[in-house]
Amino acid sequence: MAKFGMVIDTTKCVGCMDCVVACKTENNVPEGFNRAWIVEDVMGKYPDLHMEIRSERCNHCEEAPCVDVCPTGASHYSDIGEVVLIDHDECIGCKACIAACPYDARFIHPDGYADKCDFCFHRTSKGKNPACVDVCPTHSIHFGDLDDPDSEVSKLLKSRKYHVRIPEAGTKPKIFYLT
Amino acid sequence: MHELSITRHNELIDPTLHIWSWQIPVYLFIGGLIAGMMIISGYFLLKGRAREAKCTCFQLPILSIIILSLGMLALFLDLEHKFYFWRLYTTFQVTSPMSWGAWILLLVYPALILNLLLRVPVFILNRIPQLGKISEKMNAHPSTIKGIATLNITLGLMLGAYTGILLSTLTGRPLWNSSVLGFLFLASGLSSAAAFVHMIAKTAHERDILTKADNGFLTLELVIVAFFFIGLLTSSASHKAAADLLLTGPFAAVFWVFVIGIGMVIPLFIQSLAIKNKIKHTVVAPIMVLVGGILLRFVFVYAGQYSHWLIHAGLFK
Repeated sequence: MAKFGMVIDTTKCVGCMDCVVACKTENNVPEGFNRAWIVEDVMGKYPDLHMEIRSERCNHCEEAPCVDVCPTGASHYSDIGEVVLIDHDECIGCKACIAACPYDARFIHPDGYADKCDFCFHRTSKGKNPACVDVCPTHSIHFGDLDDPDSEVSKLLKSRKYHVRIPEAGTKPKIFYLT
Repeated sequence: MHELSITRHNELIDPTLHIWSWQIPVYLFIGGLIAGMMIISGYFLLKGRAREAKCTCFQLPILSIIILSLGMLALFLDLEHKFYFWRLYTTFQVTSPMSWGAWILLLVYPALILNLLLRVPVFILNRIPQLGKISEKMNAHPSTIKGIATLNITLGLMLGAYTGILLSTLTGRPLWNSSVLGFLFLASGLSSAAAFVHMIAKTAHERDILTKADNGFLTLELVIVAFFFIGLLTSSASHKAAADLLLTGPFAAVFWVFVIGIGMVIPLFIQSLAIKNKIKHTVVAPIMVLVGGILLRFVFVYAGQYSHWLIHAGLFK
């Protein structure tokens, strides 16, 4: 069983937003909404500043609260890669998943159902990379199988320091940020 | 200094979450109110008051059906993908309180109809006289009345508690991450129901019982509110910040003045005087309790959406 995850090198990311644009184009994300976004996190006091730029999206948590609270089973884990997906025909638009997500990764699509990053499942289920990974000009985004010890993502996590977003929420995110 | 800037601006999500407007607090209030009315009606039936002509317990089922249907309408209006709502009933999701709620509501209606059949309202009886015979047969067996009472109390407890548990399982909002929310909303529902039934009660005896009961529920509510804050304030920084939204932050004024003051403490005081016969029973205190009950839901739903794991969220977004 594969377990898809993403490793993003914050030391290479320049915040160009190519991933954001590629995501919108690839997935026809409606105007005014984003499945992926950029966060600039600045700490310290001038002139001693530290800045981390992160390309963020749904964390495809291993213990996803959005899946737990969904009353219809529309939010579910995929058989291939354990990706958190939404079945549009089962979603009633109750918004419990949006309230449950600590990352605010979800939104209501103008057609009425909950929507978010699906790791470009139409591509990744066929062995390709998500669109954001392929367009990144600094190659800072890596995608692969976390269960395979020889995958690029597993090797990066073995050799580098990393963190995940809001680990204290206990959701076990599958997007890792290298520092 | 710690500064975050974000390029995302999704409607209803940013700058602060506001996916639930008036429909959800109104539904949660009505759900609690009906839960309380089912429990009170069941209690009256268990106490053998089915023999009394003026018992309020006979008005409650029909009122509950009407009011609960208005609540369900509010819930339906909130759905974004409305005509897929039937998907709730093609599955049961054990970890989802909303799924539990959908099925509980489906059982609540038959329980209320059974309760209604014990004394069919005249306007229904005029149209369907056959119901009178069914009612007679049901009343002939005390065990039937007891069974209906127990069913209404059980489902009432489940309905009242689920409205709070629904919020407490939503991991993303620290203000709601408290298991006592289920008890708080149940106690508030009982208190609102006691106040509502007090307003329609026909005998001084009933008003007296309900006022005493309401004072008990209001006291219980105040204790649960204290437990709620102790829980959050001794938890993580995010939970402490969430508690501060109500204690000293942007929701503090409405919380302290309307929810605690007008909704709990002042009616508790007025009703204590009424119980001691120092003043007459009036509708003032029950109205205050009902206003407090509905504002409790509004404050919790709105402030909960405002709360965030990232305690700077309100600043950076």
